[in-house]
Amino acid sequence: MQQFDLSNYQFGFHDKIKPIYSTPIGLSEETVREISGLKNEPDWMLQTRLKALALFFAKKLPMWGGDLTRINFDNIYYYVKPMEKQGRTWEDIPAEIKNTFDKIGIPEAEKKFLSGVGAQYDSEVIYHSISKMLEKKGVIFCDTDTALHKYPEIFRQYFGTIIPAADNKFSALNTAVWSGGSFIYVPKGVHVDLPLQAYFRINAKNMGQFERTLIIADEGSYVHYVEGCTAPIFTTDSLHSAVVEILVKKGARVRYTTIQNWSKNVYNLVTKRMFVEEEGFGEWIDGNLGSQLTMKYPSVYLKGRKARGEILSLAFAGAGQHQDAGGKAIHLAPETSSVITSKSICKDGGRTSYRGLLKVAKGAVNSKSTVRCDALILDEKSRSDTYPVMDINEERVTIGHEASVSKIGEEQLFYFQSRGIPQTQAEVMIVNGFVEPIVKELPMEYSVELNRLIQLEMTGSVG
Amino acid sequence: MITIKNFKVSIENKEILKGIDLDIKPGEIHAIMGPNGAGKTTLAMAIMGMPGFKIYDSPQRPGFAGQARFMIDGKDMVNKLPEEKAKAGLFVSFQSPVEITGVSILAFLRTAYKAIHPDEKIPLSVFKETVKKALLGVSLPEDFMQRSVNEGFSGGERKRAEIAQMLVLKPKFVILDEIDSGLDVDSLRIVAKAIQKAAKETHMGVLLITHYQRILHYVKPAFVHVLMDGKIKRSGGMELVKIIEDKGYAAI
Repeated sequence: MQQFDLSNYQFGFHDKIKPIYSTPIGLSEETVREISGLKNEPDWMLQTRLKALALFFAKKLPMWGGDLTRINFDNIYYYVKPMEKQGRTWEDIPAEIKNTFDKIGIPEAEKKFLSGVGAQYDSEVIYHSISKMLEKKGVIFCDTDTALHKYPEIFRQYFGTIIPAADNKFSALNTAVWSGGSFIYVPKGVHVDLPLQAYFRINAKNMGQFERTLIIADEGSYVHYVEGCTAPIFTTDSLHSAVVEILVKKGARVRYTTIQNWSKNVYNLVTKRMFVEEEGFGEWIDGNLGSQLTMKYPSVYLKGRKARGEILSLAFAGAGQHQDAGGKAIHLAPETSSVITSKSICKDGGRTSYRGLLKVAKGAVNSKSTVRCDALILDEKSRSDTYPVMDINEERVTIGHEASVSKIGEEQLFYFQSRGIPQTQAEVMIVNGFVEPIVKELPMEYSVELNRLIQLEMTGSVG
Repeated sequence: MITIKNFKVSIENKEILKGIDLDIKPGEIHAIMGPNGAGKTTLAMAIMGMPGFKIYDSPQRPGFAGQARFMIDGKDMVNKLPEEKAKAGLFVSFQSPVEITGVSILAFLRTAYKAIHPDEKIPLSVFKETVKKALLGVSLPEDFMQRSVNEGFSGGERKRAEIAQMLVLKPKFVILDEIDSGLDVDSLRIVAKAIQKAAKETHMGVLLITHYQRILHYVKPAFVHVLMDGKIKRSGGMELVKIIEDKGYAAI
């Protein structure tokens, strides 16, 4: 098998864009005040940020998961502004930046199969558009900074209520220095048929990206939100630490899909949570291919009777990568159900860990949950672990848990070869087959992209 | 034509095949019979090049004149990779083929076909028809093409799917290893008919490896060989089948 070659990371290019502004390197109260001041924020937001900063300083780094000790918080730019004004058409975007999104294929995708697009470059969302029809139906899709100014009541009502700043060290950090991200509100009964997409790009060196996303799906509504992420390859590390809060109201359905393909120098430490009300349905499809370390466990809090949650987690760890991913399902009401499916692949010394929590509160009678995690280890140098935690406080529940660890067997490879298919190609097919249950849940364009990325990781080339 | 000459194979230093000589011409059907442990499966797997099977002549004197040979149309293939043998026209069916989760029969065969016949450009719609015909030819429903290879198949379905693969991939020579085990009478008839038809119509050379006589009554090979203790003890025609039926392998 060919070695994975970092130079093959096709999004590793770096644009020669000079930011129009950035805060001084490092983190302090002044930095936070400056970010808030630049954004002309109301005082309550500044106070929220300052409180969160104090929490960040007070909290210790987690001792579990991956190695976080090498992050130098003093050597990060917490806010980098690439351009003056957000664009509504791609013509408004400086050529170099537009070029980046062209290479990633966003403007093309927007025309073909998206209802709306947001594009964040470093700290700021530089482009945003939504179809006229959705706008008429009352759907709001804008960047989170705009939402704070334009929709102050609804913003303040929900911001930080699903993931409080105090939740963990990185949610505190995000709350203190957040910038950009998406804000979505879908009114009662409105179905957004085509996905809304956001694209996150880190371009600056030693950059921290801290987007903040808030999605509210009102009763009986439906929305599918898709995010993708890439970054250039630098010799120094970048940090991506997002917070995503989602409220799925009665009978609504939200599907949130991530294809994370950060370059292999990015720490990706993200908190994602959904509250799901009565008969609502919340889904996370979380694909992690890039980054040097990802720690991310999207969660569903099933708060109303018959609420459903589903988490599909896919992780691929190559040389120098550690994907610590999984999911959490918290059953708080009767007849709630959850499914967590995790598929992980490691090769060339990469490491994958499944970390999951299944909690059923007293009184959540007749709830059901299925957890399934499968790991595929491609060579002796690579490692996979499983850390499932179950906390079941109700007896009348149905719980299933299955786990498997497999290697690609000689016998399997020989079968392919006997049919004319060489080993390398066989391995790609076996891996693609292994992740198929997750890939088939993606919109077609993304499943093609994901299969292509896997082939790239497996063979170092496409075709 | 495939030529097997002085073919010796050991597994973990134990000699299983002690020198096999066999020629199979296009369109010929040969059968190898033999008791359990005679080395039948070893012959099929070693020819295809399964890892762990050591093909050798004399461990003390590698490369001497009586070296083991396996040739396809005069080309020495003994040390070639399995995929190269497949490309040269060889197909081997497996006794218990592996499951491949998430890879459909259609995708698997499409990839295999492109690898074996790189110069042919067949549109997907046409290829699908070929796969459908092959599946129906062994009485498998056409929607099997969308199912993961061998996953959740019954023993008989696996065997029939192997034959369907053979029909799609159009090999020149096939080695069918106990394709009859686990088949009921109806399936056996279907499989036998498919083999006969392919041999006749495409001049495919066939080596049928079996423990039982049953399938041979349907396929009617012109050549029958009896493999015992790693060697071909006797070669002949269907009369050998009769002897084994009546008196057992001891009579050979």
